[in-house]
Amino acid sequence: MEKAVFIIFAIVAVGSALNLIAQRNPLYSALSLIGTLASLSALYVTLHAQFIAAMQIIVYAGAIMVLFVFVIMLLNTPEDHPEIEKQQWLRYLAIPFAAVLIGEALYVFREIRNITLPAQGEAEHAIGTTWSIGTNLFTQYLLPFEATSVLILMAIIGAIVLARREES
Amino acid sequence: MLALLQQTSDFQIISRETVQLIMPEVILTVFGCAALVLDVMLPRALKKVVAWVSLSGVGLSLVSLGILYPNLVNNQSARVGFFEMILVDDYAVVFKLMFLIGAAISIILSIKYLDEEGEQHGEYYSLILFSVVGMMFMASAVDLLSLFISLELMAISVYILVGYLKRDRKSNEAAMKYFLLGAFSSGVLLYGMSMVYGLTGSTNLAKIAAAIPNVLKIDVVKTMTERSVMDMRYLLLLSMVFMAAGMFFKIAAVPFHMWAPDAYEGAPTSITAFMSVGVKAASFAMFGRLFLYGLPDLRATIAGNAADSVPSLPGWAVLLGVISAITIVWGNLGALTQNNLKRLLAYSSISHAGYTLLGLIAGNQTGYIGVVLYLFIYTIMNLGIFGCIIALKRRGISGDNINDLNGLIKKAPWLTVMMTIFLLSLGGIPPTAGFIGKFYLFGGLIETGNPWLARLAILAVVMTVVSLYYYLRFVKHMYIEEETETTPLAPSRVLNWTLSVAAVVIVLIGVYPKWFIDISQRAARSQALKTYSYKAEEAEQPLELPGSMGAPSR
Amino acid sequence: MTGLLLEWLIKIAVVFAILLTAVAYLSYMERRVAGWIQIRVGPNRVGPLGLLQPLADGLKFIFKEDIVPLKANKLLYIVAPAAAIIPALMTFIVIPYGSEVVLFGKQIALHVTRINVALLYVLGLTSLSVYGIVLAGWSSNNKYSLMGGLRASAQLISYELALGMAIIGVLVLTGSLDLVNIVEAQRGYWFGFLPKWNIFLQPVAFVIFFLAALAETNRVPFDLPEAEAELVAGYFTEYSSMKFAMFFMSEYLNLITSCSLATTLFFGGWTGPGVNSYPWLSIVYFVIKVFLLIFLFMWIRFTFPRFRYDQLMRLGWKFLLPTAIANVVVTSTVLLLVN
Repeated sequence: MEKAVFIIFAIVAVGSALNLIAQRNPLYSALSLIGTLASLSALYVTLHAQFIAAMQIIVYAGAIMVLFVFVIMLLNTPEDHPEIEKQQWLRYLAIPFAAVLIGEALYVFREIRNITLPAQGEAEHAIGTTWSIGTNLFTQYLLPFEATSVLILMAIIGAIVLARREES
Repeated sequence: MLALLQQTSDFQIISRETVQLIMPEVILTVFGCAALVLDVMLPRALKKVVAWVSLSGVGLSLVSLGILYPNLVNNQSARVGFFEMILVDDYAVVFKLMFLIGAAISIILSIKYLDEEGEQHGEYYSLILFSVVGMMFMASAVDLLSLFISLELMAISVYILVGYLKRDRKSNEAAMKYFLLGAFSSGVLLYGMSMVYGLTGSTNLAKIAAAIPNVLKIDVVKTMTERSVMDMRYLLLLSMVFMAAGMFFKIAAVPFHMWAPDAYEGAPTSITAFMSVGVKAASFAMFGRLFLYGLPDLRATIAGNAADSVPSLPGWAVLLGVISAITIVWGNLGALTQNNLKRLLAYSSISHAGYTLLGLIAGNQTGYIGVVLYLFIYTIMNLGIFGCIIALKRRGISGDNINDLNGLIKKAPWLTVMMTIFLLSLGGIPPTAGFIGKFYLFGGLIETGNPWLARLAILAVVMTVVSLYYYLRFVKHMYIEEETETTPLAPSRVLNWTLSVAAVVIVLIGVYPKWFIDISQRAARSQALKTYSYKAEEAEQPLELPGSMGAPSR
Repeated sequence: MTGLLLEWLIKIAVVFAILLTAVAYLSYMERRVAGWIQIRVGPNRVGPLGLLQPLADGLKFIFKEDIVPLKANKLLYIVAPAAAIIPALMTFIVIPYGSEVVLFGKQIALHVTRINVALLYVLGLTSLSVYGIVLAGWSSNNKYSLMGGLRASAQLISYELALGMAIIGVLVLTGSLDLVNIVEAQRGYWFGFLPKWNIFLQPVAFVIFFLAALAETNRVPFDLPEAEAELVAGYFTEYSSMKFAMFFMSEYLNLITSCSLATTLFFGGWTGPGVNSYPWLSIVYFVIKVFLLIFLFMWIRFTFPRFRYDQLMRLGWKFLLPTAIANVVVTSTVLLLVN
């Protein structure tokens, strides 16, 4: 059952990721990215990380991607834009890189058969719950958590400072 | 679930002692927020009040640091807090002192500068305060997570500050370049950190240091037909190189220095001053923590296994050595041809980063004292020279061009004298503080007794002489050239007093450096910095340095 | 395993069918309520009391011509109604609509599924419902549609924050994201007569939740995305036939979900006197509470005028959100002091 769910959503995730880069229309790309994010969130659920799954949807699909879609829609880029790739040689550079990546993947696939993962205990099941994340966030990671809140405040102020209309 | 609840309720998450450890930072954060609120409430004419409030925040933070410090000394002079996220030892306290002094001077410079630009706003000061909070956490953080977040807190605030002059296209360009490259380098740094975490299983620097010998072990499994080598050293070295690259960017070491001249030139001069000392010193503090505390075992040659023909590998000392040599040469040569003062000082600051790296390479007490002492002195003298440039700024004249200095001696004799003192100190001429700092940095290298390091020291000395050329060009313009324009200066009493104090301190350190050396020594003696003796290693096998890089040892 | 799967499938099918029927009859109810409030008649010709009116409407929708504008982005134009209705349908599965009953000798819990992050699941799906609207607005290639779509999504995003913050108040009290637990925590009485509903502890949160829910469902006085006077019909101006019906349905589905959620969070869900001895009664209580809330929504619709857009944004950001945050702070502080 779990395996079936995994396979379905893995296919959707990879498929929409491929679609993301294959599409010429930026809006379709953005929508495929949402598909990828949503199916990733489903994969998180199979890993018993429900909180992360929900956050993935709320933060990425529900907030960040909405902004992306907004921007794309409002800019309304024409669909058939001319070729902008002037640096053709970059294409040829991609071939060796792709070869390296594929080789790496093949190597990992070969090696991974020799590795036996330790059996999942009850403790691992609890890792992804809201409870354990909250507990960790407010004990072990309290300081970085609070520092991050200052960081975000900073970023907000920065955005306002840079985007504010000049009063003359 | 219930067991978890039981466990957490037993945790003493925040005790009075742990809050004390971060009190200086807490005070700054509160004042940063207060500055934001005040900015909205105050009328336009009174915006300057925000600056003074921020300045008093820095002062209060200094006081709390002073109260905190004796407490620390009584408690074995080092305290770990927040689940080993931070370690407040002498090293951290001295760096915090440095940042606060730097921030105070920067705020004073900013008051005058923003007045001239007509951009007096509260957010500016709160951004400075928040970035200082980031710097202070960088000095005391001993966990990859807290290190990275405090680095970003500092960096993001500074990106915004660089682009603060929205109407100035140069400022926009500078901010954009700095931000893009900075974000990229943060990514590289984070990538390295993630690999270290993967290899050692911990984000805590002490635990990483403890786990590294295990990672360095080479497992050779021989069966009848196959011989498989489990060698994680390359991966570890790769992650080390990634982390180093990220740090090199932050301290503007060649070849990651490209952003520096543009960002320094475009940024508001007061921010150029602030970032050239604060960001650099904080990055060095973090650099020291990461490499001297977290990765001390990767410093020198990493032993191979001769029997199984697994080669030895060079450690980070080689990397830093090469980078510092290139940085010193490139920075000084680049400065020679500049006519814009801010650009020139950008190149000079690149070369100073190179000098400071030498102390980390030396690996002995002298070297570490050199790093702290030099950064301390550099903070004061560099802020001093930028303060002089800001003092020159007046209607229609930016004060940036070297020709703006022409005949300054006639217009403002005291300013000229102060500027000369700062310049001589930057050049490392004996009666000033700069000399003492360089003395320790180069002395540390010579002390190691390693021929390659000695050669590096000689190169640094030669390049110091080269640097005198461009520093003395300032002097020539100030004293010898005729006045080219007669717009009077717009003096600011506070600025002048601050600069005078800074100049006096610079001379004082040059004449009587004992107090400063003492506090640097305290910082350098911190247990969190592992020293290293190259001599001990030489007995066994020679250190691989630039010339022999990559060649397998016997 | 198979038994469990079968139970799920049956539950899903039943809930699906009931929801869609409810949606159809909500349109009837809305018109009857409107008639009652405005002292006119409302639909009463088709069948007794006009009860077959929704059926007639459905048939009409199906047989209408399905128009796709020439310059529309065809793919997205077709996908958008689905993107609107799917999240709306999915949300309801975590809401407990009754306690446990025995059916065919089997203990059956009256909720489709129970997950420990149910509230986050609801919030997540709510945030996804923006896409249907945005895509519909954009793909129609019509300025009114686009304006409506933009308004709707800006409104959804703004009020989602207040909604989430209001919920946190309840969350802090219960200590669980699981809706079943939240209902269970509201069983029993204070002083023997006052039900232990969260609304008595979190009145501020409820008011914020209610207002935000009005905005989230695009109901008057927050129905600017489809303000007839300015935007024709907003993001579904160009839609016709079943596609139009799907938007229509998704709005009513969202209405039902919002009211069910409000019931669950603030009014004790399916709890009520006699539930322990007669578990089936719990469904009745739940439905009654939900319908009372829906009636309140409709009452408001035909009573209040529409806001201006900047007023709407100001209310959301400058009043509801700070109040909600203050509510969270006060609640947590009080809880800390009490414990």
